[in-house]
Amino acid sequence: MAQKHTISALVENHFGVLCRVAGLFSSRGFNIDSLSVGETEDPSISRMTIVVGGDDSVLEQVVKQLDRVIDVIRVIDITQGAFVERELMLIKVKADTTTRAEIIQIAEVFRAHIVDVCPRSMTIEVTGKNDKIQAIIGMLSSFGIEEIARTGTVALLRDSAVQ
Amino acid sequence: MEMTGAEIICESLLREGVDTIFGLPGGAVLPFYGALSGYPKLRHILVRHEQAAAMAADGYARATGKVGVCSATSGPGATNLVTGLMAAQMDSVPIVCITGQVPRAAIGRDAFQETDITGITLPVTKHNYLVMDVRDIAPAIKEAFYIARTGRPGPVLIDVPKDVLAGEKIEFEWPAEVDLPGYNPPGEPDARQVRVAAHLINQAERPVILAGHGVLISRAWDELRELAEKAQIPVITTLLGIGAMSTEHVLNMGMPGMHGMAYASLAIDRSDLVIALGARFDDRVTGRLSDFAPGAKIIHVDVDATEFNKNIVADAPVLGDLKDSLRALIPMVQPNVHLDWIKETDTLRAEHPSLFIRKSDVLLPQQVMKQISDETNGEAIIVTGVGQHQMWAAQHYGYKEPNSLITSGGSGAMGFEVPAALGAKVGRPEKTVWSIAGDGGFQMTLCDLATAVENKIDVKYAILNNGSLGMVRQWQDFFYDKDFFATIYSGNPDFVKLAEAYGIRGIRVTKQEDVAGAIQEAMETPGPVVVDFVVKEDEFVYPMIPAGESVHEMLEEPEAESIIS
Repeated sequence: MAQKHTISALVENHFGVLCRVAGLFSSRGFNIDSLSVGETEDPSISRMTIVVGGDDSVLEQVVKQLDRVIDVIRVIDITQGAFVERELMLIKVKADTTTRAEIIQIAEVFRAHIVDVCPRSMTIEVTGKNDKIQAIIGMLSSFGIEEIARTGTVALLRDSAVQ
Repeated sequence: MEMTGAEIICESLLREGVDTIFGLPGGAVLPFYGALSGYPKLRHILVRHEQAAAMAADGYARATGKVGVCSATSGPGATNLVTGLMAAQMDSVPIVCITGQVPRAAIGRDAFQETDITGITLPVTKHNYLVMDVRDIAPAIKEAFYIARTGRPGPVLIDVPKDVLAGEKIEFEWPAEVDLPGYNPPGEPDARQVRVAAHLINQAERPVILAGHGVLISRAWDELRELAEKAQIPVITTLLGIGAMSTEHVLNMGMPGMHGMAYASLAIDRSDLVIALGARFDDRVTGRLSDFAPGAKIIHVDVDATEFNKNIVADAPVLGDLKDSLRALIPMVQPNVHLDWIKETDTLRAEHPSLFIRKSDVLLPQQVMKQISDETNGEAIIVTGVGQHQMWAAQHYGYKEPNSLITSGGSGAMGFEVPAALGAKVGRPEKTVWSIAGDGGFQMTLCDLATAVENKIDVKYAILNNGSLGMVRQWQDFFYDKDFFATIYSGNPDFVKLAEAYGIRGIRVTKQEDVAGAIQEAMETPGPVVVDFVVKEDEFVYPMIPAGESVHEMLEEPEAESIIS
């Protein structure tokens, strides 16, 4: 399985930046697993968190090509450092009177929240690292997954590891 | 004084030292043209196709070192610039393009002549702008020029909606500074990187310098010569690096790669150190990467960090402006002689006469190029298109000065020669400028002969006319079983009559003995002249290293053997 790297980029919140970055990735053939972007404490600056697949030489190009984009202020490969990584998923799973209790138990184990319920299905909200998300998908798949919506990973370096 | 957006653009261009704009107006950009007509210091040269505007700005920039400027209208006017933008992007040429856009309220509604040009040009510009407020115009222009000309130069496009050009008026304020937190072009190199590089140079026994476009961009040709002479290192120039060192200099070993001189590629193959200066190890230079310079360590000096380890792993990367980097490096390099190595390279030159032109009854294109070189004493500016003629122009002209070969290398855009030559001549009116075309490329952009006539731009146009799409035909001959499908041009016009239709002197040459006279006549005739050299149809460019191969699979001119003693 190819290596995955998590890259955090601070970008100027200008019209077209997301497009330019996405276009850069596709034109250079980089493999995006997920891309999440949102404002930071400074509304003129957004943070993009990108999970990229590829070996070290690919990663080196990804970081440098991103950095070269005029609106990209700073690029950090946080896979190397200690970092906090989270993703939010909404998952709609088939549930009826025979299966509902077990599904609720599974949700409790994963500290997930039930956010919607109806006679035939249940929607669960779960946050966590990538492996936790994968694990709950695995546990729920036998019940029949109807829909999934994921935000993609966001991440920040741990200051505690530096200090 | 309050000004419209269009007037602010004009004022801003003046502040950036612009004196020439190549362009073609249209509806969305008309307010800019309305303002422009009141600014006589901004000379506007009206072209016949927007592609010519972009390529003329490119030729102007390469010839002068200044930022070239072009303008077009929205929609198809803007999209016609794209090939020219790509050419500038691939060869790191600074140009700024101003395009009109439909009014803001119409954007996104499929308006007449509307297109998302900023979206379309994302991959072919260093940066671009869609200016939605008249207050953002001056800062955008100041930033655009700064971005275009600094670091690794490149094209910048500024798209301005019509109602921003001709709407609200404001006071013109020229910003004191640019604010680009994400852009920090390198200057001085890191001292440690320089030390590592110097150490490698001092240890090397068979070094070569690979000089690329960066030497010309950074105006570092004196430093190049100083380094080469101090340590007696042969200098090999890429296509875009030609002119960085005079072809007459004893250390100049010519051009490497797919159609480079055999001795240059062989020297790299046998070297133990390649000092790449402002070159990017393009596939036309390297051939199969795993067989490129197998015994050599690599020093890579470049202003763009993305080039390090992109194609070739650098043992000693040096990030910085090339001129600054060489100035830091030269004092740390010991004077050296490499006598055995120099002798070996001399033997390579003797054993591989790559510039040999054989005798022929039919006029050979190589002969034409050599004659143009002789008649201009190697001092003209040569602007080429793309194809076989381009390679012969790179090989057989004796370039003496920097920025004397202007050619579309990375992009390989046919038809580059006619408009780029216009730009070069406008930028350097004191030089003789020859546009060298194939009959294929010439037909793509010949409409701008009218621009030369209208503006009295004295370019001499040579067509190496073999009635075919020559380079493609050569590939079909070598690699596709001589299936000359779609490469024979049997419907070519009479180029002399075509020239005369534009009011230009046209000369046809079919015999070797008439070549010199035709060239002289062209240069003595005031104004643009077209010379149609009817050359041998199925001539091949040699040497050739087929795509994806290495120097070991190089094909050389068969008859060259006969002159090796």
